[in-house]
Amino acid sequence: MAEKLLMKGNEAIGEAAIRAGCRFYFGYPITPQSELTAYMAKKLLRMEDAAFIQAESEVAAINMVYGAGATGVRVMTSSSSPGISLKQEGLSYLSLAEIPCVVVNMQRGGPGLGSIQPAQGDYFQATKGGGHGDYHLIVLAPSSVQELVNLTMDAFNLADQYRNPAMILGDGLLGQMMEAVEFKEPPKVALPDKNEWAITGCKGRKPRHIVPFDLDPLVLESWNKKMGEKYTLLKQKEVRYELLNTEEAELIIVAYGTVARIIKTAIKNAKNEGIKIGLIRPITLFPFPEKVIAEAAERVKKFLVVEMSLGQMIEDVKLAVNGKAEVKFYGRSGGVVPTPIEILEEVKKI
Amino acid sequence: MKKVFERPKSLTEVPFSYCPGCHHGIAHRLIAEVIDEFDLREKTIGVCPVGCSVFAYLFFDLDMVCAAHGRAPAVATGIKRAKPDSIVFTYQGDGDLAAIGTAEIVHAANRGENITVIFINNAIYGMTGGQMAPTTLIGQVTQTSPYGRNEQTMGYPIKMAEMLSTLKKATYIARVSLHKTANIIKAKKAIKKAFQVQIEKKGFSLVEILSTCPTNWGLSPVEASKWLEKNMIPYYPLGEFRVPEEVK
Repeated sequence: MAEKLLMKGNEAIGEAAIRAGCRFYFGYPITPQSELTAYMAKKLLRMEDAAFIQAESEVAAINMVYGAGATGVRVMTSSSSPGISLKQEGLSYLSLAEIPCVVVNMQRGGPGLGSIQPAQGDYFQATKGGGHGDYHLIVLAPSSVQELVNLTMDAFNLADQYRNPAMILGDGLLGQMMEAVEFKEPPKVALPDKNEWAITGCKGRKPRHIVPFDLDPLVLESWNKKMGEKYTLLKQKEVRYELLNTEEAELIIVAYGTVARIIKTAIKNAKNEGIKIGLIRPITLFPFPEKVIAEAAERVKKFLVVEMSLGQMIEDVKLAVNGKAEVKFYGRSGGVVPTPIEILEEVKKI
Repeated sequence: MKKVFERPKSLTEVPFSYCPGCHHGIAHRLIAEVIDEFDLREKTIGVCPVGCSVFAYLFFDLDMVCAAHGRAPAVATGIKRAKPDSIVFTYQGDGDLAAIGTAEIVHAANRGENITVIFINNAIYGMTGGQMAPTTLIGQVTQTSPYGRNEQTMGYPIKMAEMLSTLKKATYIARVSLHKTANIIKAKKAIKKAFQVQIEKKGFSLVEILSTCPTNWGLSPVEASKWLEKNMIPYYPLGEFRVPEEVK
């Protein structure tokens, strides 16, 4: 068994990325994720065949990711909400160019400069594309430091497998929190050969282009459709979620990330009071676990969505429930983290 | 019979789509000749910008990546850091390099990224139909400076070569022009030095190329070359601003 280490979330992501074979990191400091940038500097600047650059901006950082990723290497950038907004242009290009990469967003309160406290206000941005055009990122939502590690490793594999940018959507609380973590060997999966598309100089083959641009609408549409097929495949094969007490539940809470942890405490407290609450915790936010929610809505008639926002994921829950059950919402925003007590009070109102 | 002239191997057979009299075609050819002469075709990666030369990937017979507007130096940085033995160049216009991409070019130069930048300065935005560029001259009429560029509200044209020359890690910086044959020959020498700096891993190199845009200047190709000589060269002096001892 691998040894357990006490690590801060942000640093644990960095270690997981390096163990997953990531040797290239381009980023820009922003609270509450700066420890990750610092960790990558400390490690990568002392490694062979590796690069760390503190870029001049988030915009430059994501474009360095684009360049490095185009050559086929594993590459990562990270930021927090306002910085992630700046990366949207690049993410849109990376998506059409089908360049794999991992982007970490340790969300903070917004909009604007917002706050530096944990929030989940970037759900729409993360899951609906975020930049211009028709695309999706693969979005993974960890809820513990251990899961930050596991999902970071998985994110690199998923990005390579689907040739699509993958995002770790955490929040400031997860990034700043220290927990015991174990680093297992990164999962070995069969991945497509990057030598088939990477830009490395045309030695021994015809020149290649990575050009996310075509003036012919029919050509661009064919690319859009190809991306659409990829998203369909992701929905079929890569949906992940955690279920807790959903079988006997009279009410199901849907929550992800930090909030889902708090819900678990609320569920325990509710049990003592004889209230039966279940939890559906989406681990992939794109692809969204709509099927399991739809199935649950056949049995359970009350849903509560809890988010650290004014209500974003609730729209996807409602689409999945499709009118078969009542869907209520409870949210805190601006960097306020809800407590188990207030969530239980909210449940009692329903 | 001995072949004395041919299409460079680093160019495809796709005919240039540029307007008559536009200098992009000459600049492309010079770069391709230099890549051929150094025998770099198989290890070169080009980064094309947004603007008329977004189509450069069709004309260079090389691995090419298309960057977002202004971001080519950042993309080139990522490529070069991941593949340090490749030869990486960006090809950027004045809107791309001197307006939306100023941060990227300044910091790539300041870090001394071992890349070569070809900067086409034609004092106007070409592809979008002739708007004012940061390099548009005082008094020059464009779509967005319809009464002529004035320094009171629009500032003076930016001299990128001079500005970047203040950076210690900008190893080779030159400004050349393509308006006459003699200048084209000098331009090729500058491009060659720029690539040589990169081959020898000596750091950042940039060649600013004064070029014409007859269509958006509203001039014939011949008039455009004369206009360049008369108006641009006095403001944008030609020459080498930074040269490492070894390639002088």
